Order: sequence, then C-alpha cells, then structure tokens
Amino acid sequence: MKNLLRTPQHVLAGGLAVVFLFPLAWATLASVSPQAGTQQSDGWGFGNYATLANYQAGVWQYILNSTAISLLTVAFTLFASVTGGYAFATFRFPGRDVLFLVTLAILMVPYATLLIPLYVLLNQLGLQNSLVGLALVLSMFQLPFATFMMRISFEAVPGELREAALIDGCGSLRALLRVLLPAAKPGLITVGLFAFLAAWNDFITPLVLISDSDKMPLPLAVANLRGQVMGIVDYGATEAGVVVLALPCVVLFLALQRHYVRGFMSGALKG
Amino acid sequence: MGKAKAYAGWAYATPTALFVIVFFVLPILLVGRMSVSDWGLFAGNRGWNAPENFTDALDNRLFWPAVWFTVKYTVVTTVILLGLALGLALLVQESSRWTGFLRTSFLVPSALGLASASLLFYALYSPQASPFPGQISFLGTPWSALWSTVALIVWRFAGFYMLLLLVGLNSIPGDVYEAARLDGASRWQTFRHVTLPLLRPSLALCTILCVTGSLLAFDQFYILTKGGPDNSTVTIVQLVYNVAFQGQNNLGRAAALSILILVALLVLNVLQFRGLRGKER
Repeated sequence: MKNLLRTPQHVLAGGLAVVFLFPLAWATLASVSPQAGTQQSDGWGFGNYATLANYQAGVWQYILNSTAISLLTVAFTLFASVTGGYAFATFRFPGRDVLFLVTLAILMVPYATLLIPLYVLLNQLGLQNSLVGLALVLSMFQLPFATFMMRISFEAVPGELREAALIDGCGSLRALLRVLLPAAKPGLITVGLFAFLAAWNDFITPLVLISDSDKMPLPLAVANLRGQVMGIVDYGATEAGVVVLALPCVVLFLALQRHYVRGFMSGALKG
Repeated sequence: MGKAKAYAGWAYATPTALFVIVFFVLPILLVGRMSVSDWGLFAGNRGWNAPENFTDALDNRLFWPAVWFTVKYTVVTTVILLGLALGLALLVQESSRWTGFLRTSFLVPSALGLASASLLFYALYSPQASPFPGQISFLGTPWSALWSTVALIVWRFAGFYMLLLLVGLNSIPGDVYEAARLDGASRWQTFRHVTLPLLRPSLALCTILCVTGSLLAFDQFYILTKGGPDNSTVTIVQLVYNVAFQGQNNLGRAAALSILILVALLVLNVLQFRGLRGKER
C-alpha cells in the first residue's frame, strides 16, 4: 500500500531527473549530429569539433590557457589556505582574528566592485594580460572558502596527534607536513576541486583582465566564437565548445562527488 | 615559547595576509579613490570628479531600468528556485539507490560553469539549433528573455540549493516527526508546522545566497541576451561593465556605481540577517 502511494512520487521524480539531464545529453548529441550551416552538415561526425579546433589560435591553445590558469589557481589557493589555515587553527598571534575576518569579508564584496580597481592595479604591477595575474586574482576569490575549510580541517585533527609530533622533535613545519596534511586530506581535495572548477569556469574575471586573444581561457573563446562570420552563429561549434568545457567538470564531479558535496555541507553548517 | 609561537603564527599567515592586502584591501581603497576621480580606461587618473561620478551614474538613462530589472529578476529567481529546491529536497530526502541517482541528476548541472550553462542554453534556445518545435521565441521579447534566463538559472542551481536544504532536513530529529504523527497531524500539517519552522535557518541561508547571487547577475545575461531586446535585460553589474569597458570607458563612473552596489548589498545583507534571525524567535 505504502509503495503504491509512492508511485506518483517516483514518476514525478524520474520525470524531473530526465528534465535535468536533458540539456547536457542534447548538447552532446547535437554537437555530433548533422546540422545545416555548420561544418557537420550531413551525417554524424566530429566536423563541429574541427571548426572549434581551427578557431583563431586553435582550441588547444585555449584549453592550454584554461588548464594553466586552473592549475595555478589550485596551487596558489592550496598554498595560501594550508599555511593560513594552519596559522589560524594552531597559533595565537596578534591580529589573527582580524586577518581571518578580513579574509572572510572577501565574500561580502561583489566581483564587479573588485574587478575595476584590480584592472588598474594589475596594470601597475605589470600583470596585465597575464595568466599568473589572473590566477592570483581567482585564488583571492577562493580564499574565504578555502581558508575556512582548511582551518576547520586542521582543527578537527586531534590535539594529541599534533603534540606527539612536536614532542618527537618535529618543528611546526614538519608537524604540518607529516601529521596534519595527511589527516586533512579530504579538506585538501575539496579545496582543490572547488578552486579548479571555479578557475576553469570563471567568465567575468578574464573578460575584464585578459584582452590578448591568444591568452583567453576556453569559456571566453567559445563565447566569442558565436559572432565570427558576418554575425552568423555557428551553433554546432558552440555545442562542441560546451561539451569540451563541461567534460572535465562532469568527470571531476562524478569522480569526487563526496568531496564536492562536503564542500557545500560545510558552507551550510557555517550558516 | 609564547613569542616564538606568535612569530611562527605570523610566518604561516603571511601568504594569506599578502593575498588579502594586495588583491583585496588595496583594490577596495583604490576603488574608493577612483569613484571620486575622473578616471579614464586608457587615460588614467585626471583629477577630482566628485560628486559628478555619482550623479552622472544615477543620471544614466539605463540606471533605474537596470535596478528595476535586477530586482524583478532576483525576486522571480529566488521564489522559483527555492520553491523547486525545497520540493526536490523533500523528494530525495530518504537515502536509497534511487534517490542517490536522483540527487546526482539534479546536481550534475551545478558542476558546469555558469558561462558554459549559458552557452548551452544559447544554442538550446536558438531558432536554428533548438530541439523544440517551430516558432517559440525564447529570447525575442523582454518577457520571454527574462523567463528563459530564469529557466537556465533554475536548471543550473536547483541541485545546489537542494543540497543545502537537505542538510537542514536531515538535521531535524526523527522523534519530532514521530510526535507529530502521534498527535494525528496530516502530512501537510506536519510539513507546515514542523518541517518549515525547523528548516528556517537553512532557508534563510539559501535566501541570502540566492538574493545576493541574483542581484550580481552578469554571465547569463551577457551571454544569452546581451542585455536585449532593447536593453530590457540589462542588470546592474552589466551596466557597470558597459560603463567601464564598452564605449564610455569611464572607470571613475563605473567605480562610483560599484560602490553604490557594495553599499546597497551590505545594507540588504544586514537587513536580511536581522529579518530572518528575528523570525526564528
């Protein structure tokens, strides 16, 4: 009886799942299916991907740019949040609480408010049109979440473990590397994953900070691709671009779903 | 020991401090200075220009329409998105293999970038490539452009908010439901008088996140509508971007606008915190 009552619920939920999966499935199929006005005009195949590959600097250049930006952002974010999280979790020093609060305050300030002065500032620092400059800015946007996450990860490590390491004659750096980092591995993965996805997908930051078309990340290149030939949009190539953009995100999400979910959970608990 | 510990603490905190000072505190100070200066995109600082930056920003003929549109978009998005997210969370609340699959399906879109999702829907909505039949105009009128964008955002974010609400739902102790059942409460009564009040903190968090995110909307409109048709879907952040980098090239005026946004957002967040906290009591 109970199960019978549940049937409409199952049908509704299944229908909704189809609705949510449909756009991605459609884009994947559409990118290889024949479509007038694209390079893939008859039969199925990878013509749209060929268009994408040959667009301006070539899709490999843009994938390379995006990969470099994302890996640099992951590296900067992990470095700053591990050292910062360690400092906040285990040391008392003057200015500690102020620094932590100011780091969290980054969340309160709109992107647009920061990007305008950052455009000027990066020019003065000689970091205009630079992938490193872009990655530094993207890392800054990640810091509130990352520092918070690493701080609570380190604080969750039992105090005896830390003290045992110090008594064994480890300096604080060796205690961090030998004891705390291995214990905080899930936190590290979550922080790294979020930093990668955010950097891979960010749009407005490179739109403002990168003007050199050879240095554009993939999302900008695919967005620009739409206006190329006399305003006629190549939807096939756009679909192919979406698939290339989405693929690493979906794969990472499915592989690391647990860590992904935990990242959001910690945000929810904080609130 | 105490002193040494303080030095070590600062040593480890240095990278964070450098990031925060160079890429956050300095820009905040700089944007304040720019907002009172005549600051061109290429020309740089050309001296004092306050309060003209602010009055010119408010006099922009797109300013009030952009404010109005952004608010309208925020209200529509928040109501629909959180309503749907709550429904999804209730549907997948119990854990089983089936609900696990459902959760994953609802969450997959949230792994995509907002720009990628917007590009996907740009093709999905186009007259040439769309899988939908015939003559539906998704982006042709102000009304349809708004709702088509809301549909994209709901698709992209529903799973994310579902997840946040699930955390709240799972933290409601089982015996509360048991007590309601023993009192003979119907399913609707239980939902209305037990689940909703206990879910208030989670709903408050979701509301604040969704309102803030929607007020700062940019990618989706930049890609889907370009602010069109007839500038009917220009949001505030788009206006800032246009004033700064498209045509006007006026960084001073854009800085003034973005200071106004910052202040409005801070005030709104304080009010939301007060309002939503107040209701908890």
